[in-house]
Amino acid sequence: MSPQQAGESNARDSSGREVAGAVEDAGAGDAGAVLRTHVFDAVDLRRALTRIAHEIVERNHGADDVVLVGLYTRGVALARRLASAIASFEAVEPALGALDVAFYRDDIGLRPVAPLGPTEVPDVSGKVVVLVDDVLFTGRTARAALDALLELGRPRAVQLAVLVDRGHRELPLRADYVGKNLPTRSSEDVRVRLAEVDGDDGVDLWGVPEREDRDR
Amino acid sequence: MSRDEMSRDEMSNGEVFVQGGRVIDATGERVADVRVVDGTIVEVGPALAPSAGATVLDAAGCVVAPGLVDIQVHFREPGREDSETIETGSRAAALGGCTAVVCMPNTDPPIDDAAVVQSVLDRARVVGLCDVRPAGCITKGRRGEELAPLGELYDLGVRVFTDDGDCVADALVMRHAFEYAAALPGAVLAQHAEDPALVRGGHMHEGAWSARLGIPGRPAVAESTIVARDLQLAKRTGGRYHVLHLSCAESAALVRAAKADGVRVTAECTPQHLVLTDEACAHFDPAFKMNPPLREQADVDALRAALLDGTIDAIATDHAPHTPESKDVPFEEAPPGMLGVETALAVVLTTLVEPGILTLAQAIGALSWQPARVVGLDAEGHGGPIVAGRPANLCVIDPAHSWSVDGARLASKSRNSPWDGWKLTGKVRHTIYAGVPTVRDHEPTR
Amino acid sequence: MMEHLLSVDDLGGRAGIESMLDLTDSFLEVTQRDIPKVPALRGKTVVSLFYEDSTRTRLSFETAAKRLSADTMTFSVSTSSVNKGESLLDTVQTIDAMGVDSIVVRHPAAGAPHRVASWTSARVINAGDGCHEHPTQALLDAFTLRRHRGPSLDGCRIAIVGDVRHSRVARSNVMAFHALGCELTLVGPPTLMPERLDGWPVAVTPDLDHVLPDVDVVYLLRIQRERIGQALFPSLREYAARWGLTVERAARCKPDTLVMHPGPMNRGIEIAGEVADSARSLVTEQVGNGVAVRMAVLWSLLGSGGPIV
Repeated sequence: MSPQQAGESNARDSSGREVAGAVEDAGAGDAGAVLRTHVFDAVDLRRALTRIAHEIVERNHGADDVVLVGLYTRGVALARRLASAIASFEAVEPALGALDVAFYRDDIGLRPVAPLGPTEVPDVSGKVVVLVDDVLFTGRTARAALDALLELGRPRAVQLAVLVDRGHRELPLRADYVGKNLPTRSSEDVRVRLAEVDGDDGVDLWGVPEREDRDR
Repeated sequence: MSRDEMSRDEMSNGEVFVQGGRVIDATGERVADVRVVDGTIVEVGPALAPSAGATVLDAAGCVVAPGLVDIQVHFREPGREDSETIETGSRAAALGGCTAVVCMPNTDPPIDDAAVVQSVLDRARVVGLCDVRPAGCITKGRRGEELAPLGELYDLGVRVFTDDGDCVADALVMRHAFEYAAALPGAVLAQHAEDPALVRGGHMHEGAWSARLGIPGRPAVAESTIVARDLQLAKRTGGRYHVLHLSCAESAALVRAAKADGVRVTAECTPQHLVLTDEACAHFDPAFKMNPPLREQADVDALRAALLDGTIDAIATDHAPHTPESKDVPFEEAPPGMLGVETALAVVLTTLVEPGILTLAQAIGALSWQPARVVGLDAEGHGGPIVAGRPANLCVIDPAHSWSVDGARLASKSRNSPWDGWKLTGKVRHTIYAGVPTVRDHEPTR
Repeated sequence: MMEHLLSVDDLGGRAGIESMLDLTDSFLEVTQRDIPKVPALRGKTVVSLFYEDSTRTRLSFETAAKRLSADTMTFSVSTSSVNKGESLLDTVQTIDAMGVDSIVVRHPAAGAPHRVASWTSARVINAGDGCHEHPTQALLDAFTLRRHRGPSLDGCRIAIVGDVRHSRVARSNVMAFHALGCELTLVGPPTLMPERLDGWPVAVTPDLDHVLPDVDVVYLLRIQRERIGQALFPSLREYAARWGLTVERAARCKPDTLVMHPGPMNRGIEIAGEVADSARSLVTEQVGNGVAVRMAVLWSLLGSGGPIV
């Protein structure tokens, strides 16, 4: 009954993190999950974003027509960081948007789905939209984001930037910009921490021992 | 009853022997067996022996009481046999421990005519499960205008006159009814006291809950103003007056004062008004809709006090069956009324006797000999005392028997019981009407 | 989790109401898009079962459902088998057998939606039942007011003026506004106040002029002509003179006092036309926000997929 409240107090479960398949949760909320590896510390994370920022500008011959659209919750923060990174070496700061894909998800009714924030997207017609998210997993969130975006206008092109690509795609999608390719088990959980949302920066890999036994 | 028992009964010598119980009646309490022969109590005493061939009813651990007398039931016959009949109603009454009931005249056609009285009496005699006494209308067609033929009805044995379901609103009509009934010794005018203007459009007690639920109310003052008026008329005419299902504190106070003043007044209240409040309507369940409506805790408390001090003479159920179709509707569209005759004793034992509000003897008195006196049935063998020579109208109560009410499994043809799902303690084990068991070991004999 | 929305009580107090209003923000954004539609409730069916004519409420619900991509059906009593004597129970069981997901019920009897909820596996939304409740009206009023006075409504002083006794809007709004921290005064002739106010978190006065200078919001209720026949007040003229928000009365309000009305308005009776059309009036905005609020309610019942644990 209180999706937004719950979304805030249980950010790990309902902050738009992708889950494998539909009902089967990847273990984000599992009790007993243990921290396996620190994948990125704050410096690694900053370097990866700086590199992605440069790649975006390079690929699109500047940033004039680029609109960075973050997916709630951490994608919005990441898009903002990419925009200021680009502004630091380009003459322009790209336009920013925030997209909530809740109403476009394909697992509505199968598991708790809550809107995470207001969709605010500038005019995208004729622009290159870079969708920004923290983790690319099954691809279902990116699919929902494409549907949501295309109802708001007709961009010239849509690209996808993610901090971590952890594999296990369930749809024919790939990212254009990747901070780190991280092989994972489907039972594991990649958790991105951002200062704006979580208090500090980093990327961690979590696992559930029993689940891994079952996987083998 | 098994086939073996049946044949044994048929071969019995006509004696019914109630063994090992504790007898409670208006005269007191004692451990005694009761021997009944050919419809009459012939012997009451400790450690008697049944004669050979007697039908022996075990009463160990049980209370042997005069049969209960419910002076307000609706058996719906004639007219609404889809909701209840004299047969199904009588069976429910027997299971509730009753050996006599007074059935209300708001049938279709109403009991305002000697032929209808006779048909009810005839039907009840054929059914034979209970002494069914029709009340007669005060006014023709219950329209509140012209007097019904009170004398003709009286001659057929009718002693209670009422337009129940409706109030006789016209004060002059009521005054004339009082005056006319003075010619009919033992007759009593029973009023459904709710001023029709003050309750117009109302569906539940007017109070905090009706205000919260947005359901138009039936204020308590609609009852007390009619009671006050009628008491004045009864005092002036010297007539006998009975308040049906008295429901609010103000009415109780009026009746108390009138009794002290020598007015010939009696009053009854229902188990539901002694136990439930208007809060029961909070979920819009029409099972809790009735007229007069369930009131507030202060009224419940006042009714209990009035019962204890004798202001209220009797507990009657206002057993009002309605078909599921008519109750499976929104609250405001449902007809008022609920089942009660089969559960009254158990509800009273569970909610009033077990917590120590009433003694067992007070409870039985309010359900048996006191109502019998109100309607004159004490002179016709109902309500005890349990002594040799009296007609054998008895019930045997197992006060420890615990059971759950399932509205759909009650003997009534309808199932609109507000007690559905309640766990009750105390149940009638045997009922003996005119010397014949109508209920034996919790089951109707037919 | 909310199973049905029958009463403001079902929303779960202040936190529940506020989260519903937050959710409404998301849907208001959707309704303002060029294509004001999302696929959220694709494949769901919403039936409106209206036993009273209320085109505006029915359209608001059906628009909300369509903007969520749900299929909608209208069970209009005037053209249905109800005219042939079919009971509410049979009607609901018929609708239920079709496998619908939600039934929006408007009925002249208090508690009818509660009865419907007990007869169906669909989610039931109360769109107004007798004099009982109209919870989505309360939500849209709170949402509208919050956009002007929010985010917090704590201490907001609201006068609810008119026929509170017979008003489902008033019952729902008193609960919702109170839960959100507002201070409430009921104003009107004593015959139109609830007979008993035990437990109502309100002050009551018959004197509109006395409260007007102090309140932040004047919420006017529609007055029904039929109350005259019930001897509840003498005439519309007398009502307008004592309890109508006239231009002169509105002028005695604080400059920022807002005026609300659930509609449809009786211009010139409970509210002067000029006041209804003035800058302080939120009446049109209330109607507009109705769709977003009902989208949020439908989503909460049909789309959110269960409690977030």
